[in-house]
Amino acid sequence: MNVLEILFYSLSVFALISAIMVLISKNPIHSVLWLILVFFAISGHYILLNAQFLAIVNIIVYAGAIMVLFLFVIMLINVKKDSEPQKLLFMKFAGVITGGSFLILLIALVKQATPLVGKVVLLKEGTIGLINPLGKALFSDYVVPFEISSVLFLSAMVGAVLIGKK
Amino acid sequence: MSIQYYIFFCLALFSIGVVGVLTRRNAIIVFMCIELMLNAVNLLLVAFSKMYYGMAVQNGGATTAGIDAQIFVFFIMVVAAAEVSIGLAIIVMMYRNTHSIDVNFLNRLKN
Repeated sequence: MNVLEILFYSLSVFALISAIMVLISKNPIHSVLWLILVFFAISGHYILLNAQFLAIVNIIVYAGAIMVLFLFVIMLINVKKDSEPQKLLFMKFAGVITGGSFLILLIALVKQATPLVGKVVLLKEGTIGLINPLGKALFSDYVVPFEISSVLFLSAMVGAVLIGKK
Repeated sequence: MSIQYYIFFCLALFSIGVVGVLTRRNAIIVFMCIELMLNAVNLLLVAFSKMYYGMAVQNGGATTAGIDAQIFVFFIMVVAAAEVSIGLAIIVMMYRNTHSIDVNFLNRLKN
């Protein structure tokens, strides 16, 4: 087992444990902090895949902007720790069973998919994740969606202000 | 690293998000679990793009193969940022009207 596999497994275990902690922590602020750890682990996966641009964008946009927005809203509306009424144990059990069956079904599906056998992911190498090729593709082939996304942001901003206003 | 390990990891992360959406009642936690599912899909897209790139390099093809998936991930992040701002505005408005962020209060559209 080489260094890359050890990194893959440790980052995966770290991300899964943090994701489970997002679910089972009672305090929403703790959930946000665990989710930030999940995003850092996923950024580590991006660096492992040599997608450096996406790793940085993931940290800046998700862990930096979106999670701060979540924390801000949680502090704004001041949710008390025990304000969330507990669901019935039966409902929680049913949810976990549903998610587990979903996972088992998809894993069984992937395990018998013959086109995926023997395919490997190129770790650590490759230049497509760097800023230079991504920027060239973004501003040549994908320049129209890029401009449309600015319109999307403008409409989202106007919508958020309109909804947030009383 | 085989692609199947990446698929299994992303499926596990996605399923944890599904379980969170199904079991929690706090609207903010439900929203965070949706973000978790989006991130699992993003990671899977990047893994597939590197798989495709590796195959293209082996066959002596173009060196920009698989770059589309990373552009898609970038646009998914763009849309997720816009979606979060709208969603949190809706949650704040919901809290202002019902003084609770329990999703079970949203079972009716009237009144």
